[in-house]
Amino acid sequence: MPNQTFILNGQQVNVDCDDDIRLLWVLRDLLGVTGPKYGCGLNVCKACTSHCNGQAFNPCSVEVGNLQPTDEITTIEGLPATVGKALHPMQEAWLKVDVPQCGYCQPGQIMTAVALVNQLLAAGISTITDADLDSIANVCRCGTYYRIREAIRDGAKAMQS
Amino acid sequence: MSVDDRARPDVGMGQPGGITRRRFFGYLIAAPTLVTAARLGIDLTDPSSAAAQPGLPSALPSLPSPSDLVDLNDILTYAADPTANLIAVIINPNGTASFALPRDESGQGITTSSAMLIAEGLDLPLSKINISLAAARPELLFNQFTGGSNTTIATYTPILVAAALARQALLEAAAIELGEEVTDLTTSAGFVYSSSGAKLSYGSLATKAAVMTTSAASVTLKPSSDYTIIGTPQKRIDALAAVTGTKQYTLDVVVPGAMPTMICRAPTINGTVVSVQNAAAVQAMPGITNVVTISTGVAVVGQTFGQCIDAVIALDVTWGPGSVDDLSDADVQAALVAAELPFTVPTLPILAQTIDVDFTFWWKCNSALEPQTAIADVQSDSCQIWSSMQTPILVAESVAAYLGLPVDAVTCNVTEGGGAFGRRMFNNAPMEAVEISQAVGMPVKLMWHRTDEFRYGRVHPACTDHVQANLLLGEVLSFEQRHTGVSTDYTQGFGEILTSLAAQLPDQNFLEYSNTIFETTVNIPYNFGITSQLLAEIYDYDTFHSGSVRNLYNPDVVCARELIVDQIANAMNIDPYTFRSQYLNDSRALAVLDKVATVGKWGRKMKPHTAQGIAVHSEYHGRVAALVEIDCTPTTTNRPLYSYIPDVTGTTGPRVTKVVFAVDVGLAINPLGLQAQMMGGIMDGIGEALTTSLHLQDGAWLEGSWDNYFYTRQWDVPFELDIIVMPPTTGDPGGAGEFGVAASKAAVACAYARATGTLPTSFPINHNEPLQFTPFPYVPPIPQSPDLQPPA
Repeated sequence: MPNQTFILNGQQVNVDCDDDIRLLWVLRDLLGVTGPKYGCGLNVCKACTSHCNGQAFNPCSVEVGNLQPTDEITTIEGLPATVGKALHPMQEAWLKVDVPQCGYCQPGQIMTAVALVNQLLAAGISTITDADLDSIANVCRCGTYYRIREAIRDGAKAMQS
Repeated sequence: MSVDDRARPDVGMGQPGGITRRRFFGYLIAAPTLVTAARLGIDLTDPSSAAAQPGLPSALPSLPSPSDLVDLNDILTYAADPTANLIAVIINPNGTASFALPRDESGQGITTSSAMLIAEGLDLPLSKINISLAAARPELLFNQFTGGSNTTIATYTPILVAAALARQALLEAAAIELGEEVTDLTTSAGFVYSSSGAKLSYGSLATKAAVMTTSAASVTLKPSSDYTIIGTPQKRIDALAAVTGTKQYTLDVVVPGAMPTMICRAPTINGTVVSVQNAAAVQAMPGITNVVTISTGVAVVGQTFGQCIDAVIALDVTWGPGSVDDLSDADVQAALVAAELPFTVPTLPILAQTIDVDFTFWWKCNSALEPQTAIADVQSDSCQIWSSMQTPILVAESVAAYLGLPVDAVTCNVTEGGGAFGRRMFNNAPMEAVEISQAVGMPVKLMWHRTDEFRYGRVHPACTDHVQANLLLGEVLSFEQRHTGVSTDYTQGFGEILTSLAAQLPDQNFLEYSNTIFETTVNIPYNFGITSQLLAEIYDYDTFHSGSVRNLYNPDVVCARELIVDQIANAMNIDPYTFRSQYLNDSRALAVLDKVATVGKWGRKMKPHTAQGIAVHSEYHGRVAALVEIDCTPTTTNRPLYSYIPDVTGTTGPRVTKVVFAVDVGLAINPLGLQAQMMGGIMDGIGEALTTSLHLQDGAWLEGSWDNYFYTRQWDVPFELDIIVMPPTTGDPGGAGEFGVAASKAAVACAYARATGTLPTSFPINHNEPLQFTPFPYVPPIPQSPDLQPPA
């Protein structure tokens, strides 16, 4: 059985499994990392959104064999460490606005938000527009979308300070 | 949206009803530490209070609807009275309090609001209160059912009583300890203080206040004017766990040996397995350990869910026919129209004007974001289940009957759910998991695929709502609604309660669950002369897999009703808001209507192809009103969907740009949580009016993913949202979880009609337009996950 190795939340991990298993199941079923949630397995609902080398991606739709040993995977569990704090500013903003309802989509929502804001900041854009927020495809079946928008705007400010 | 002073109820000042300084009875429970308890079940509010009220504009008064006299929540609460057992508050020696809530938290915020009630009654900080979900307690009979937005209505007083009894027992223990009178002691934030300056922690008193024998005790509840927690905005107690990814759902529970499990299902609804051609070959696939045929398909068990997906796709199964293979949308719609009951008002004089419109409301999927999941561990003499269950007692009883075990050999652990919306009152996933676990002889962790959720899950049935109103000389003579739906399955949850109570209800004609639920939830809150609302259903309750989907009949009934109210206003040349003000027969409804009209600036000048809409709704002992603004300009409606999601054609349709919503639940326990529930309901209302439906074709649903089934996404979200929590009215809490949908949907529909100058009669408005996606194949029943490259 092939050995898979990549960097997960700052640690090099090794796992023996077939190349074609989607990363979500390697994380959840083999490594016990359950922050990324299953919502569709189709790259549609975005509940499993995590970061690969700092960019948002959906591990339900990437085969583990396609990862390089140097690829850095960050799940919600590893997000605070990327800023060296107990909580990422986006998580703080989420708490301030009291965004979650059932909470199931929230790890993915936060990971999407952080990647979006980082992408905009890297392009020199510091103001989050409605069009930016409209581009987020993550499903929240509880319908907390409005508070998500509020939290992203708050979190984006905090990420710049 | 802000949580400002306006959202903070003005508690206790001259409010009618509510908790007065009456004495309530509870129990001191024999235990090593202090445990107090109270029975579930509350006093009923005066049923006459919801009837027509004086001081409103004259119009032809209508008799009260059945739901004005006894509503569904009264029934759910009646059910508690004779059968309820005790719910207990435990004071731990470390100074914390524990409470096991006999309900299912799945996003509605009842763990937080229950903690608030305990904090209020006990004078203990919220941070020191631990709320868990009780496992199935069969002795509670009907009292562990989560549904109908009933949790807070049914548990408010019992939780307050148990908490207040605990505080009283702690005071009595402190009095003995200090040699002082109880009247010289006070409590604050988990401590007892004496007038002499002594201070004792609750933790130090917990075992001293414990009793050797269980006994009844009485306590006086504090007046609502003294509330310091109830009515204040509080953040969710589980928010930190949610945002750090540590909140535990069923699939996150570690049960040793429980293997990922999925099911290969039939291509059409209720199709059955005839034979499996390649079970051995699939069982030999990487990671797969078992392939077994069960009553609902072919189950595969494996090391990872990814390998289970591969196995489901690889299975070669011969399927038998389903139950509705010859039916498509048009057939069902024709059957519904044919089954509509006649109106009762005879033909009127030639001068009378009749408005007669038949609306169609299409199927809605009952799926939450967390799919159906259950872990089952069947042993020879016992069974354990972990799942988010709205009816855990029913699950325990069903499992016990299936396995031939006594009910007390079945443990149903209720996990927090990733959304429920009525779906988790059905026992499908736990029963499938039990069947598989027994067949393979080991614990299994069952997950439905997303496509399973759409194609084999439960649906809110398609229905028509035929409305006829007769007007003569500036009066509304009559207003009748004939609601006709595909049967809704109420056999799990609501049904068993209604069966036992039918003989006790005021009206003796409640023979069918659906009619009971219909008549106790719908109403016409206007002085419209002769009014009637009747329900008819087609097909057997299990022809389709049906359910309610966040509210029962009212999102459709109210939408149709409010659209016709606008038509009547238009026929009379009266502004829609003014008309409602004149004809509403209920002062609480009038108050929420006035609030949204004022805050939302009703009547402000709008640009072409944009408009406002306004609607009201009464249910769950409460009143709501919504004012929305919609943008139907071509620039907005023609936004290409593919700019947001690839592989999808078509356009977004209109956008609701602003919503002002007012909610009167009698007494809001947690205004911040109540606003959250309304926000979710508003998004459901927007979706149901504009984009959200399933399509039936040849006995199967076309939709298979969230990019086929257009529940709202960020591009549908209003730019402005103001949710106003009204000050307390009745003083007793009403329901919240489902309450936001109906008025929102109706207001969006009314706004759309005004913006476009056309009356929509089919919902969502885009249901009959060309499909905006290519349906997945039906064999295999689920699609393979994409194989994308990771970001470099």
